Amino acid sequence: MEDAGFIIGSYVITFGAIAVYAWRVLRRSRRITTRVPDEAKPWT
Amino acid sequence: MAATDASPGGTATRGTRLIGAAAFVGVAWLVAFGLGFSPADRDQRESVRILYVHVPSAWLAYLAFVVTAVASGLYLFRRRHSLAWDRLAGASAEVGVLFMGITLVSGMLWGRLTWGVFWEWDARLTTTAFLFVTYIGYLAVRRLGGSHEQRARRSAVVALLAVLEIPLVHWSVVLWRSLHQEASVIRPDGDVKMDGLMLFTLFVGIVAFTLLYVWLVIHRQRTLTAEDALDDAGLDAAIAARRAEAVTAPEAV
Amino acid sequence: MTSWRIARLVAGKDLRIEWRSRVALNQVLPFAAVVMVMFAFALDRLPRPAGAEDSLLESVAPGLVWLASLFSLLLLVQRAFAVETDDGALDALRVARVDAGALFWGKTLALAAQLAVLEALLLVTAVLLYGTEVRASGVVLLIATWVAATFGLASVGTLYGGLAAGARGRETLLPLLLLPVVAPVLIGATRAVEAALGTGGTAIADGWPWVGVVAVFAVVFGAGGTLAFGPLIDE
Repeated sequence: MEDAGFIIGSYVITFGAIAVYAWRVLRRSRRITTRVPDEAKPWT
Repeated sequence: MAATDASPGGTATRGTRLIGAAAFVGVAWLVAFGLGFSPADRDQRESVRILYVHVPSAWLAYLAFVVTAVASGLYLFRRRHSLAWDRLAGASAEVGVLFMGITLVSGMLWGRLTWGVFWEWDARLTTTAFLFVTYIGYLAVRRLGGSHEQRARRSAVVALLAVLEIPLVHWSVVLWRSLHQEASVIRPDGDVKMDGLMLFTLFVGIVAFTLLYVWLVIHRQRTLTAEDALDDAGLDAAIAARRAEAVTAPEAV
Repeated sequence: MTSWRIARLVAGKDLRIEWRSRVALNQVLPFAAVVMVMFAFALDRLPRPAGAEDSLLESVAPGLVWLASLFSLLLLVQRAFAVETDDGALDALRVARVDAGALFWGKTLALAAQLAVLEALLLVTAVLLYGTEVRASGVVLLIATWVAATFGLASVGTLYGGLAAGARGRETLLPLLLLPVVAPVLIGATRAVEAALGTGGTAIADGWPWVGVVAVFAVVFGAGGTLAFGPLIDE
């Protein structure tokens, strides 16, 4: 049964870590891009 | 600082939304096949399922560091010294550290199940741990402060030296561990002979992680671009504010 | 003024500063000795379990010597760049357009000289404290390792020292950057010295490939350092 815990745990940690990182990047981007004029943002 | 000339926030565009959606679908498939549809391995049984996240994250971590090195070179050796390359290097290194961390953790869980221990000082794991620490150092160098150009120059040199180092470290660790070779029958080394559905699941994993990598790096790099612009604007605003003070100061009581 | 002359002048200046202030002699050397003693406190178990050839300390002595050398290297590098940044001397040299490569070699040579003396003394300490025995047949291998490792460590130390020198919050970065980078030297030099001393029955011939690894490291970072030093200290 330890096996199943480790296996599922590895998937949870993997995608959990990615999700947390993604959320933090998106949150930061949303906060600062409102304070920056369009010319500084080549993707707009 | 007028906010009226700024568009609504965010670094998303239609391209990133497409990539993000595809990544999400890829991850869903990976979980379905990795945890469900793919068969257990003959020797490793169910623990092989961990490899479907461990191996792709390792590959993408290495790819990320190659991108950092190439982008660093392009910053340093092109005449224009475009900071966009520097920001790409930084974004890719951050995502690389994330994936490398995932590689190490998933590898430890896999090792616990197959070898009985969380860690082995074999060539691959040791070199991976070395890379992880090296790039954490790289990210620390990026935060030393100073102008954007100073940051770019310093971290570009560190990234290129790190790339030079990797073969040296790998070589010395391989030599070192060859002194302590265990019988590989007792200690499977993760090179599982995969076929059919297992190979397909691994392929899905690599595609999903590649999409995730691209999506994360694009967003992180754009955020860095905005951060740098904000830095520059902040400096301009501070200078302007100082000048404005000089004009109105006599009124103050 | 040729590059070589500049390098010699810079190295001479650094060594003269050390000779007059004796910081490495009075502080770093005792620190290294203390580290060797602390290793014994931490690692020495009841001497020689029955049937064992070497005590634990004897069998790990080569590694401990190089570890103590690495920790001392951190202090030597900090010191080497403190003398430059204290009065803005490094900036003055750069503004005067002194060739960065020559500057790099000057500081590397001075650092190598201090490091070489320190390493030799640490080996003597190991002989005294850990029961290490040096055999005549291994002396050539020992010297080769000593030369290659010292140049590798001095080059890499000067390079990253230049990066971490000066501003607040940068000196603490040096250990994090430097220690992982010198891993090949630690591995290679330890294995080579083990072969030279015959620790654990290792043959001398086994040590030469390791000297090769360390030598390649020294060449790579000697060359890399010469090229990279300029951009790194340009502020």
